[in-house]
Amino acid sequence: MEENLLITPLHASHVALGAKMSPFAGFDMPIQYSSILNEHEAVRTAAGMFDVSHMGEIFVSGPDAERYVNHVFTNFAPTEPGKIVYGMLLKEDGGTVDDLLVYREAEPQHYLLVVNAANIAKDFAHLKAHAGGFDVKIDNQSEHWGQIALQGPGAEKIAVEVLGETKAASLGFYEFYDSSRGGKRMIVSRTGYTGEDGFELYASPEATVELWNTLLKAGVVPCGLGCRDTLRFEAGLPLYGDELSDHISPVEAGLGMFCKLDKEFVGRDALAAQKAEGVKQKVVGLEIEGKAVARAGYPVLTPEGAEVGVVTTGYHSPSLGKSLCFALVDAAHAALGTPLAVRVRTRSFPCVVVKKRFYQPNYKK
Amino acid sequence: MSKVQEGLLYSESHEWVRVEGPNAFIGISDFAQEEMGDITWVDIPDLDNVMKGEEFGALESVKASSDLYSPVTGTVSERNTDLEDAPELLNEDPYANWIIRVHMSDPSELEDLMDAAAYEAFIAK
Repeated sequence: MEENLLITPLHASHVALGAKMSPFAGFDMPIQYSSILNEHEAVRTAAGMFDVSHMGEIFVSGPDAERYVNHVFTNFAPTEPGKIVYGMLLKEDGGTVDDLLVYREAEPQHYLLVVNAANIAKDFAHLKAHAGGFDVKIDNQSEHWGQIALQGPGAEKIAVEVLGETKAASLGFYEFYDSSRGGKRMIVSRTGYTGEDGFELYASPEATVELWNTLLKAGVVPCGLGCRDTLRFEAGLPLYGDELSDHISPVEAGLGMFCKLDKEFVGRDALAAQKAEGVKQKVVGLEIEGKAVARAGYPVLTPEGAEVGVVTTGYHSPSLGKSLCFALVDAAHAALGTPLAVRVRTRSFPCVVVKKRFYQPNYKK
Repeated sequence: MSKVQEGLLYSESHEWVRVEGPNAFIGISDFAQEEMGDITWVDIPDLDNVMKGEEFGALESVKASSDLYSPVTGTVSERNTDLEDAPELLNEDPYANWIIRVHMSDPSELEDLMDAAAYEAFIAK
């Protein structure tokens, strides 16, 4: 293990299960246990679970919390307790600081912000920097929470069984409720990052370990970050650092629907200008002929060979059996059906612009 | 524990060589396929010649790509076209499925490779 890597409460469990470990976002994380393909298949057809304890939990509360969240968050802060909304934090120039989930807690003026592991410190600093004039408390509790994502068509049945709570089944997509495990608070959230139905279970570090072992006994397949990436990719979901970044705005990433320009928020004017003038670059989906795999950083070309973009994520899709990628390309070449090419090492392979949602998600309504 | 097959020669970049007269059949070791995981594409460009220590193609797995290095110098006389449609053969039986056949121009280069016992010790490190 490399020095200075952080670990999650489940680290020993991963090692005991024989996982291949690798650094991710500063944490020593499991990439796969058996095979990425098998784990991918388990989530699409049955139930898999991921250790996502590295994700950040930042609590925001205070008399101005709702007004403040709406000031930093591109989407509308959820108004009803138990509701969750996806959106972004932006820089003034429209570049993306992070994408995140905002949970509206039971108590008025209380929110939970769930952010990417790699961005916890950056987000916390950004949130503090934009809190001037707001009476709010911003509390980074990331170290005190573990998180397990239970995902797949079998997740509901297992969640009801393992949690012993039938209300897990009646929970709608992007809703959550409060429960407890091991004498501490647990959050049961119907969310995920795989394109399948499922739950994200936030609990204390100790309860997370107990829950993981209980889920293992219930037959849930432990899944590493390898298939987490193939699953989210097929479902057309962006990964911060690849399809969203300091230099890629949500509008450029095709996520404009999560940015409400009819309210004021940090970065709003930059996005409005991008919408009015048209963006210069866009994230697109590409379908490549044959088995060629386009990896992040590979050049995207016109059929004539002019460089017009770069691949951000690419796989031979396990569920669809096709070679697919996301790429950031000049807006002039981003229309569906545009013929392009990707250069893989020494050769170029023809491809065509397609919709990014390669796989139709099966979310609970 | 990765299998190491007797009778083959191995490179430090985990290719194996099976020598039949002037021909070198080149594949990847069990250790290499285990490290890569599920292989989805064997990318072998149309090369006439390969040089010892230089790339002759790459393997793509779900996880990552990995360059292939030729353990010998010579003329590429054949490519295993079975792998075009069934790259997973390299996962299933890496020693039964060679990738390219090279007509060697300098068989003395084989002396730089490891035998099965030496390779076993090498990957155990």
